Amino acid sequence: MDADTKKQRKLAAVKARRHIYTETVQPKTFFTLLSDEEKDKYIAGERLRLSKSLKRKKVKHNIITALGLILAAAISVVALVPIFFTFLNSFMSSEEIVSNYSVIFQSMSGYASKGATYLDKMPVLKLIPEQVTIKQYTTLLFMNPAYLFKFWNSIVLTIPIVAGQMVVACLASYSFARYRRKRREVLFFSYIILMLMPFQVTLVPNYMISNDLGILNTIWAIILPGIFSTFAIFLLTKYMRQIPSGYIEAATLDGATEWQIFTRIALPLCKNAIFALTILLFIDYWNMVEQPLVLLTDVEKQPLSVFLSQINEPEMGIAFAASAVYMIPPLLIFLWGEEYLVEGISRSGIK
Amino acid sequence: MKTQTLKTNKEPEGMRPGSVAGTEVKKESADVPSDTKRSPAKTSSKKQLRSAGKQLTEDDLKEIKRNITPIANTPIVPSDIPEFEDTPERREKVALRKKSKLKRKLRDWGIFTGYLTPSFVGVLIFFFMPLLMLLKTSFQKSPTNSDFVGFRNYERVLTNDAFMSASENTFTFAIISVPAAVILALLLALLLNSGLPGKSVFRSILLNPMMVPVASVVLIWQVFFSYNGVINGWTLQLFENAKKIDWMQSNYAQVVIMFLFLWKNLGYNMVLFLAALGNIPSEILESAQMDGAGPVKRFFAIKLHYLNPTIFFVGIMSLINTFKIFREVYLLTGDHPYDKLYMLQHFMNNAFTHLDYSKLSAGAIIMCLAMIIIVGGLFYAESKFDSDVEE
Repeated sequence: MDADTKKQRKLAAVKARRHIYTETVQPKTFFTLLSDEEKDKYIAGERLRLSKSLKRKKVKHNIITALGLILAAAISVVALVPIFFTFLNSFMSSEEIVSNYSVIFQSMSGYASKGATYLDKMPVLKLIPEQVTIKQYTTLLFMNPAYLFKFWNSIVLTIPIVAGQMVVACLASYSFARYRRKRREVLFFSYIILMLMPFQVTLVPNYMISNDLGILNTIWAIILPGIFSTFAIFLLTKYMRQIPSGYIEAATLDGATEWQIFTRIALPLCKNAIFALTILLFIDYWNMVEQPLVLLTDVEKQPLSVFLSQINEPEMGIAFAASAVYMIPPLLIFLWGEEYLVEGISRSGIK
Repeated sequence: MKTQTLKTNKEPEGMRPGSVAGTEVKKESADVPSDTKRSPAKTSSKKQLRSAGKQLTEDDLKEIKRNITPIANTPIVPSDIPEFEDTPERREKVALRKKSKLKRKLRDWGIFTGYLTPSFVGVLIFFFMPLLMLLKTSFQKSPTNSDFVGFRNYERVLTNDAFMSASENTFTFAIISVPAAVILALLLALLLNSGLPGKSVFRSILLNPMMVPVASVVLIWQVFFSYNGVINGWTLQLFENAKKIDWMQSNYAQVVIMFLFLWKNLGYNMVLFLAALGNIPSEILESAQMDGAGPVKRFFAIKLHYLNPTIFFVGIMSLINTFKIFREVYLLTGDHPYDKLYMLQHFMNNAFTHLDYSKLSAGAIIMCLAMIIIVGGLFYAESKFDSDVEE
């Protein structure tokens, strides 16, 4: 800064302090050179231009949102169609179903290679039944005791596994989350590997072990390994590690015992996760196909999932109702606990 | 250094390291040398010091050191560490301390095992022991005949066409559908997160397929995908000369199965991604936007970094679910599906029903090893990536 400007500034500062205002000259620009009328015109033009571009932007945004909505709606339709389809078809009379779909099941992929005829008839996909009846359901529930037994089997298999696995997993994941040591991480890693292992890998030894324990061909052959499955431990540990250590330290300073920390702090903080996990486990074991197929040779003890796949042509009339009834418990649970489920799933993925 | 003396002079003598006032003094004295000039309070203290006219000697410094206990940013001199006399009382104290440390460690370990025991015992019986038994039988002629046959079982399995094609099918299915599940779910989450109205409605709709039991929905898939099924009907209606495709009995079968996999799992993965996207601090995104970063740039430069752990997690979960696709395949096509659908699980089930246990165990061990390598690699990659990000 040279001396002149310094002097000028100092002067200006002095003047300002003494409340002496000097008029500054506006620099000449394109705008100041315009006359008043011209100025108004110019401003109006600019306004128009701006509003136009804003409109264009808005339109563009709307179009993009609309496209996104259409895409999302299409995907949701794909997601929902099979479910709606099952429910709507379950209200058809069985004659209607046979007339609509007999073509399909004559050529069903599994049997096509075994010399089934390749017909040229078209299947008729109907969403709305000609005549709404609940005859399928009544025949299913009142004339078919086998079905109800299988349904009961499913419940008896699923609920002890879910309850047992949750209890075991809460305890184990607390210990994994609270006491982290390097060597224990190795154990945790092996748990993850076990979780990823498909059931068939340990099929034979499991078979032999349940034979030794004398539980082969009883539901315990499925329930016991199910209880000790490590899936829930993996997820819950991830969850419990998010609990701020400050909470636990504070509790210890206040004299809480280990059990109190577990029940009063860890479990309540993981409430959503436990809830979400229970739903996930329920649907998983409700779905169970492989284990009962191999370990329960007694057909009467098998759950509905295995039974449903064996419904064949003559019983097709009630197949849809059977599927629908099987679908209802998980869907009800989902509708009831969706908020918790979403919350629980959401937090499991974040570090 | 000069100011330090002053402080010590000001403060009452005999300050103990633990006391609150002591720590305050320490902090100030640590800060002083760097910016004595700026703060007016400190300059005034300097003046006071000058007026006091005190000269600092070595002894004074020692005195200071004794009064101000070393903290993190003042180095500890060996002379600072108090030496204790080797009296019997002292020995007792040390022993007691060691004992209590051991006790605490033992207690920790006891609690750890206490909580873990129920799970560990069960896992030992139903998972680890079977794996060990597998390892043993894989080297035997058969589970009942315990002749050692070396690696012959492995040889038999690895030259078995069914096993090789099964593992190839399983592997290709996993390697295509896991990334597909991750990427498509991420795109879906981005779509829903881009200010679309009705986000939560779409979210719950897309979660629905997860809740539907496989056995229920298989019926519908048969209606759609069998040779005389609905999809073939549609294509014939739309295109006059279209050829009917036997979906489950041709090379399209894998595509169909992948579709079923995605149908079931996209919702779950998407919810995970939505949560992660919601967790990205919006200030960073906004400031990037101010600086002129477009949506693509913002995604790759910012969002992807925050999504990293979620991507890994979704990958692991999808990997688990690829093994569960066996249910669909089995219920749709039975024991012996089309070649391209013949999964490792089919192989094992069939080996089991044919009582070929040694082949089965060798196959299972190979699968285990592959799994450990893949998952270990994934974890290693994640930890590496994580440390990169943290730097």
